Amino acid sequence: MTAILRLDDVHTDIAQYRVLHGVLLDVPEGGVHVLLGRNGAGKTTTLRTVMGLWRTRKGAIVFRHHDITAMRTPDIARLGIAYVPENMGIFGGLTVEENMRLATATGAFDKNRLARIFALFPAIEKFWTTQAYALSGGQKQMLAISRAIVERRDLILIDEPTKGLAPAIIRNMIDAFRDIAQETTILLVEQNFLFAKALGRGVSVIDDGRIIHRGPMADLAADADLQTRLLSLSAEAH
Amino acid sequence: MHRQQLATTIDRVGGVYLLPLALAAIALLFIAPSTWATLTVAGLAMGMMIFLMASGLSLIFGLMDVLNFGHSAFVSFGAFIAASVLAALGAWLAGDSVVFNMLALFAAIGAATAFGAVAGWAFERVIVKPVYKDHLRQILITMGALIVAEQLILVIWGGVPIPVARPRILTGSLIVGDVSIEIYRIFAFLLGLAVYVALHLTLNRTRLGLLIRAGVENREMVEALGFRIDRLFIGVFMAGSALAAMGGAMWAGYQGMINPALGSELMILVFIVVIIGGLGSIQGSLLGAILVGLMANYVAFLMPKMSLASNMLLMMAILLWRPYGLKPAVKG
Repeated sequence: MTAILRLDDVHTDIAQYRVLHGVLLDVPEGGVHVLLGRNGAGKTTTLRTVMGLWRTRKGAIVFRHHDITAMRTPDIARLGIAYVPENMGIFGGLTVEENMRLATATGAFDKNRLARIFALFPAIEKFWTTQAYALSGGQKQMLAISRAIVERRDLILIDEPTKGLAPAIIRNMIDAFRDIAQETTILLVEQNFLFAKALGRGVSVIDDGRIIHRGPMADLAADADLQTRLLSLSAEAH
Repeated sequence: MHRQQLATTIDRVGGVYLLPLALAAIALLFIAPSTWATLTVAGLAMGMMIFLMASGLSLIFGLMDVLNFGHSAFVSFGAFIAASVLAALGAWLAGDSVVFNMLALFAAIGAATAFGAVAGWAFERVIVKPVYKDHLRQILITMGALIVAEQLILVIWGGVPIPVARPRILTGSLIVGDVSIEIYRIFAFLLGLAVYVALHLTLNRTRLGLLIRAGVENREMVEALGFRIDRLFIGVFMAGSALAAMGGAMWAGYQGMINPALGSELMILVFIVVIIGGLGSIQGSLLGAILVGLMANYVAFLMPKMSLASNMLLMMAILLWRPYGLKPAVKG
């Protein structure tokens, strides 16, 4: 399968700290690819480096046929990559509608897509004219994801969407992600292994700024010892 | 519980927007009604002129996180350029023709505003751009630029205060009962109001405004959505500088006599307005400016020596009550 995104020996420093030490990552086109790892392993830095929010010291990032290593963040986004950061990046002073409108290329909504988003996340329609700061954590996460899919993107980078969410909302998210992954590739950073297992087709495990494992999610899900060794966690722990 | 109910009720009827009314009502207890009316109009006019200067600074603070101590240079240049244009068009001002009077006035304000925009562009590119994300350097370099700008004014216009001609149609007062209202003050108020409405509509009804409001909250996310925030920065900086110069031009006509320190002197009030209004908020700037204008006029009448100090005290009181100002832009 062809890779939609390829990180080749990517090194990223944040101030004086060397965080990524030669990340090699292929994200195949279609479905959900999960990037797993412990706290501080370099997951968020990897996503931010792809978006150009941190600069690589060495290595190359290729999205489709574009070398995006040195591109500016807005130019990377306009190639068709959406980013849902860990803090969700919601504009609290803007209404839900304004948050969504900002993510469209022309300011106009595609009614069919909007209807699909409302079906996935009814709260978005319910709170359409509400200022986003008034939403709950789960609703903000729904808004962040809705914003990423308000127009068709080729790749969505999502950073720990289940963090702090109630189990019922997480189940809702799983259904939504399955639906979204029908048309878009998702690179999902996650610590919640149950969530990752339910969605991921492929998985890469990062530790100390290097990819230490890659393969089908089914293999990792079936091997508890491997999980413990790679992640210091097990399915039962979550 | 009762306190909460009271707070909810106050919010429902206007919240912090009631503060200027409350201030005016308190002043009315101490000042005769006709004098109070004159002072209130003067306060509103002064507030609107300060709003012109403060709104740009607030947006520059809020969106770009830039502490621009050189903002007052645009105020000063605006004042001097307007004074020069008005002097050059003296014949138009002196006549009875409303058309020529207005043409001269708008030429002066337009020249000042256009200069502010162009100089703002140069200032952002040369002075501010290299020091984004570094507040200490921003303070140092913009203060340095301010000193250079003030010296330039001395070189061009000299150190002697210069008189500012006022169009004939804006001289004199309206007498309503026993209340006297200067026509220039009414004009200043209306111009400030028009600018506020234009800014409000731009920020709330246009895509550009949406981007600016979003950028005030989270620049990184605006970029991640595909927008060049650096271009937005230049536009906002130019608009902010242009508004400061427009405010300076209006202030020149209001004072009738200007000196090179005018900008620096006003900057204290402008910073107070930005701080009490809340960073990055146009409504906050308007509210803060009106409060400061009213307070300055009432107190200057009651206790002249306390005029500036009263606004300092107002700022302290508001910050103790609302540490982020009255109407800050929502962050995150």
